[in-house]
Parts: sequence; structure tokens; C-alpha cells
Amino acid sequence: MNDTKAPANLDLETPEKTYLDSNELILNMGPQHPATHGVLRVILKLDGEKVLGTECVIGYLHRGVEKIAENRTYTMFNPYVDRMDYVAAVSNGLGYCQAVEKLLSVEAPPRANYIRVILTELNRIASHQLWLGTHALDIGAMTPLFYTFRDREEILKIFEKYCGARLTTHAFRIGGCQYETYAGFEKDVKNFLAFFPPKIDEYEELLTTNRIWLERTKKVGVISGKDCIALGVTGPVLRASGVKWDIRKAQPYANYANFDFEIPTGENGDTYDRYMVRMIEMRQSLRIIEQAVNGIPEGPIMAKVPKVIKPPVGEIYHSIEAPKGELGYFIVSDGSTQPYRVRVRPPSFVNLQALDTMVRGMLVADVVAVIGTLDIVLGEVDR
Amino acid sequence: MSALTSYLGSTAGAPGTAGFAVLGWAVTPGEANNQLWALIYVLIIFAGVSVAVIAMNWIERKALAHFQVRLGPMRVGPHGLLQPIADAVKLLIKEDIIPAEADKFVFWIAPVIGLLAAFTVYTVVPFGPSQAVSDMNIGILFMLGVSSLGVLGIVMAGWASNSHYPLIGALRSSAQMVSYEVAMGLAVISAILMTSLNTDGTGYLSMIEIVQEQQRQGVWFIFKFFPLGLIAFVIFAVAMVAETNRAPFDLPEAESELTAGFHTEYSGLRWSLFMLAEYAAMIAVSSIAVTLWLGGWLRPFPNWLIGPVWPHEPVWDFIFALFPGLTFLGLGAIAVRGTVRMPKHPYFRIQTIGLGAFAAVLAGIGVLLLGIAIGANASGNANWLRASEGLSNVYWFVLKVAIFMYLYIWYRATWPRYRFDQLMKVGWKVLLPISLGVLIVTAMVGVIVS
Repeated sequence: MNDTKAPANLDLETPEKTYLDSNELILNMGPQHPATHGVLRVILKLDGEKVLGTECVIGYLHRGVEKIAENRTYTMFNPYVDRMDYVAAVSNGLGYCQAVEKLLSVEAPPRANYIRVILTELNRIASHQLWLGTHALDIGAMTPLFYTFRDREEILKIFEKYCGARLTTHAFRIGGCQYETYAGFEKDVKNFLAFFPPKIDEYEELLTTNRIWLERTKKVGVISGKDCIALGVTGPVLRASGVKWDIRKAQPYANYANFDFEIPTGENGDTYDRYMVRMIEMRQSLRIIEQAVNGIPEGPIMAKVPKVIKPPVGEIYHSIEAPKGELGYFIVSDGSTQPYRVRVRPPSFVNLQALDTMVRGMLVADVVAVIGTLDIVLGEVDR
Repeated sequence: MSALTSYLGSTAGAPGTAGFAVLGWAVTPGEANNQLWALIYVLIIFAGVSVAVIAMNWIERKALAHFQVRLGPMRVGPHGLLQPIADAVKLLIKEDIIPAEADKFVFWIAPVIGLLAAFTVYTVVPFGPSQAVSDMNIGILFMLGVSSLGVLGIVMAGWASNSHYPLIGALRSSAQMVSYEVAMGLAVISAILMTSLNTDGTGYLSMIEIVQEQQRQGVWFIFKFFPLGLIAFVIFAVAMVAETNRAPFDLPEAESELTAGFHTEYSGLRWSLFMLAEYAAMIAVSSIAVTLWLGGWLRPFPNWLIGPVWPHEPVWDFIFALFPGLTFLGLGAIAVRGTVRMPKHPYFRIQTIGLGAFAAVLAGIGVLLLGIAIGANASGNANWLRASEGLSNVYWFVLKVAIFMYLYIWYRATWPRYRFDQLMKVGWKVLLPISLGVLIVTAMVGVIVS
């Protein structure tokens, strides 16, 4: 048997002979496939069930978001970022608003920051719930999907009451928040804080100690911390490999420095560790929300921002810890009302690079598990 | 009519039985060499299994939905009762697609082979001591052999599709079925071994004799030599899930990996044949498990709860003969409850009427069955009593199989899917050694006991 190292570039035209006079198999997975989370196309080179190499083909959901930015004013571009990672729209909005605020040298008022933290952390939970449901479905457990969607509904209801939208929320504005919290917002959030921990226990009961789940996730898609850093992988995937890197702690923004929370890390960098890291992250997010909702100050929600936003000439890079990893915005301003260039550093796109490293030598079923555990959103990969 | 019954009665070779008491036949039609009744039995079973598959389709969707905090089909008919029929009609009138690159003949014949393998098994399934098409003296071997042929249909489908996903699905399926058959066979042998632990030391391969031996020995084989029988049963219960490609061993059709596995290229009628075969096979292997370990058609405590309940009347046989009718009345009551709880809005009027009619049909069947049981008991007519007993036998058999069907749904709702290599590991490294060990220990215990 040849070793698991396949050539760096797959030769997809001429399958090589393997043992027993059989050919390698080129399997085209996607873009229409139940487990590729949208329109990812993965070309697999297989020896029987064993994966010799993969090649990702992306761009099926390309909408030219970065180019659109060059033809919109700073305010007009704000809703577009929601469409990148559409399951974590609030985080995307936060990153963009803060990047422009940095460019303008404006600071959002404390109350706005508290609202931002609450909504962003709620969105992190919602994103992780969606990840858990689909990831479990990929591995064959149907039921968690419905449980997570049932409970995600509670978060979406809070979003809907706050800003009228459930998915692409457009919750924040440059300089703060447009909307004051609705009457009963704090009560709703506190209700959710009481409602959700038993639900996490419920998910964990189905999966964490499940024998089949352990077999399907332990030692599957292993990636070392070193490889993660080399590939630029961030977020829960990086932390599961033992690297304690979370931008909320490393470069605190939006008064995350005031909150007491922990960054869970894994040891083995396998799919199970990533699962556990995200499960603990959900509980930590609840902790942050609890502190924020109890300490929310009174005051204005909007900083003094000019009606027409014309940042000074310059460039800025600002990144936040989105549910999937480091979400960065690099904005170049030429002093006009429209950005000269907006470059987004999406976590999903960068994390997807690790797929090949993680699945070489594994089986076809593991490819599906690893795509799930990377938690990619194709809207963000393709933009 | 009397001429016909006398003709049937005479050819049946079972003196003293009137022809119309179908379920009360003293021997199986196969044994009586009665071709006509054998054919009628085959038709009854074919229709019965098809109806069971349709019912299973609905129950699975509803039960799975309720596991998953949703409602399941609700639109077609009251509580989606007509959904399977709507689906069947849809599948029948769908365009018949054969991929251009496919091997057309093999592609065409594959689902037929799968279906034949699944349905042929029922020729030896004993729904009662005489409620079977035939009683082969090698019944269990025949059953295992024929049910294994199902893999042929899957492999042919995967190969003929000339496509990558079906091919991988078919490869997985053949490997899986072959490896689990070994453990399954050894578990079956340990049950067959138990049949020989009687006074004259003869064992049986006949399905009917296996059940009757359980009655004679006074114990279901699942409880015999506790926990040996139980372990063998559990091994069989695991292997049969793998054998029928159901969750958590549904790798050949793993949706998230292989889109639909071996039947990816199939659609319409041919696809529905595969589904029919899969569900029929599920019922068939459950029947084997029920026959070998759970006392087949035997009601609870057939040797112990006999004679009168109180000093005089009624007798236990009569009490148990009431169960089928009472079950249907219970189902009818559930349907009545659903009818009462229907929204009181003109929009739901037809659905309410439909559900009420369904409740009436269920209750009617219940009353009919109760009438047969009570009437037979009151009249003391031998034919009626035999008919009543036959219905009771079929009822207990179907009830036990239904429990397995429910377990299948429960597994599917609860567990993730095994990976291919792990599946092989479970089959060869866990189930096979255990079943071999159980077989040896059973043999040793049997020798010591007898």
C-alpha cells in the first residue's frame, strides 16, 4: 500500500493504478450534495473508501460582496455584510460597524456596546446550534437537528422583536445601535438564560457519551495546533487543537474586557474536541450574556456620527471573534463617501483550507464529518 | 358453495375441517398439498405485507416526527393517513428514468430481485401452527438463504447504475451483509441448538417446530439458559438491523455521504420497489427473531395460564382470544379521540368525517374480531374455535413483530451512523466472537443439563 501522502496537486484526469489491479476513483461531491452545507464542491480522490486527496471548488455562491462595497456608501454597505455568514449576521454587522468606527475614530457608547455584546453572543449560540444540528445530521443522528432548531427559535424571536428581522438582522449601525431595546428585552434574555442550559444538557445527553458518536468523532480529522497556525485556521477549530486564541480575550473589543469568561481549549484537535469546545462555548456565551444583561447601563445608544460618513483617508484592519473564527475587515478609505476597497477575511474561507490536511488517509464518511466540524458557511466562503 | 367447500375439504386431506374456516386449518396448505389454498395464503400474505409496509411508512413518519418535536404528515387525509397512498400514486406515475450509461437489463431487474428475495421469505413465516404457506423441514435455512439474496439486488443496482455513489453504496452493502450474516448465522445456530434439548434429543429447522418446541420446553428461547439466549437474541437483533441496512447501520444509503447510496439513480416505480423490499425485509427478519426467540405466535404463558380463570368461567384461552378485538377497539378509540379533537372549522369537516370513518372501520374490525371470539366461545363450534385461535395466533405474532418495527424507528431517531471500518469492526471483532462463544457455552450447558 502506498502511504497516505498524495501529490500536492491532484491529477484528476488519469487515475493511478492501485493494488489489486483496481483504479483510483475520482468522486465529485457537490455542489448539490446533502452534506456540503450549501454549494461546496469537493473533488475526492479515493482508493476504495480511503481518501487520497481532496480539492475544493468554490465560487458557486459568489455575489461579489467586496466589489459591491466599492459602489455603496459606508452606511449602505452595512446590510450586505449580513449576507456573508447568514447564520451569524449579527457578528458580521458588529465587525463591519466597528471597523468603520475605528476609521472614523468614533467610540460606541457603553449601552450600545452592552446591547451589541448580548446580541452577538446570542447569535454565537444560534450559530453553534445550527452547526450542531447539521453536524450531527451529517454523522447520521437526525434528531438533534430538530432540537437545536426548536431552541434556536427562541433566539430568533428576540432578534425579531429587537430589529424586526430574524436572520439577516442588520442590528447595528455605525456608531452604535439604531434601536433602543424593546420593553421586556431584558426579561426575554433572562428567560432564555434560564431556558437554554437544560437544552444543552439535552443535546449532550444524546451525543456526548454516545458510543457511536465517540467512534465517529474521536481521532477523526485531527489537526495540530502548528498546522492550524500555518494554515491560518482560527476559531473553535484552532482552540480545539490546544491553541488558546480568542480575539475577545486577545484584543478585546466592545467591552469584552469587562466580562468574566473562559476560553475552552481541546487537546487532540479532533472532531470530538471541536464538538466539546463549541458546546462549552455556548455555556460561556450564556455567562457573558448574564453579566451583560445584569450590568447594562442607561444612556445613549448612538455616538455622534455625521449624517454623511466620510472617513479620513487611510486604511484600517479590524477583526472580531465571530462564531466560526477571526472575522476581519480591511477597509481602505479615499476620503469619499464610498470605501475605496473592502476586503473581508472570512473565517470559513480560511478554515476550509484545512480540509485536505484533515481528511487525507481517512474514509469518505470522515470527509462529511470534517466538513461539518469545520462549520463553514458557503455564503461567507464565496462572498 | 357446499360443493366447493367439500372439494376443498377433501383435497386438503384434513378430515373434519370445513373449507371456509381458513384460519382454522389443522395443517398448513403446503403440508396438505392443497395448491389452491396455498395460493390464497400467498395472496393474503402478499397483500398483508404490502399493507403492513404502507402502514409502517405512515407510522415511521409520524413516530419519527414526534421523536423530533414535529408533526409529520398532516395534510393528506386526517393526520396524514392518506400520505402513503398519495406517495404511492406519485411514484407510480413518475417518469421512468434509466440513465443513458446504465446497463438497462440489470438496472431493470435489480429491484425485482430485491423484492422477490424479501417476499419469498414469507412462504415459511409461521403466523400460527397452521397459518403458514408451507412448513419446510429446513425452514430457517431457507429463510436465511433467501433473505441473503437481497444483497444481490443491491449489488446489481449499484453496478448497473454506472455511477460512483451507487457503486460505493453497493460495495458497502455487500461487505456489510456478508460480514453480519456470519454472526447472525451463529446466533441462529445457538437457538436451533436449544430446540434439540428435549427428551428425544432431536432438533428442528422447521419454523413451526421451533415455536412448538419453545412451548414444549415451557420457555421462550430468549430466556433459556439466561443470559445465553438473551445474548444470542441481542446479537441477532443487532445483525438484523445491519442486514436490512437500517440506522445506525444504514451506510449503503447513507444520505449525508452517498446522497442515496445504491438507489441514487433510481426513481419512480423502481425506487418504490426498493423501498417495498427494504421494509418487507425488515418485517421478514423481525419474524425470524420472533420465531426463534420470542415464541412466535404463542401468547404469554401458554402452558401456565390455561383452564378457567375462576373455578368455572371464563377460561384463559377465551380471555386471550379477546385481545385482537380489544386492540382494534383501542385503536378505534384513539381515532375517535383524534376526531373529537379536530378543529371545529368547516375547513376541517371532510378530514373530521374521514377520521371518524376510519375510527368506525377500526371499531368495526374490533367488534367483528370480538364477535368471532365470543361467538366461538359461546357456540363451542370446533371450526369457529379454531378460527378464533388462528386469529389470536396471528395477532400475537404481528404484535411481537410490530415491537421490532417500532424499535427500528427508535434506533433511527436516536443514533448516529457507524463508519464503514467501525461497522466491520463491530461485525467481526465484537459480534462474531461473542456469538461463537455463546454457541459453545450453550452447547456445553445443554450437554450438562441433558
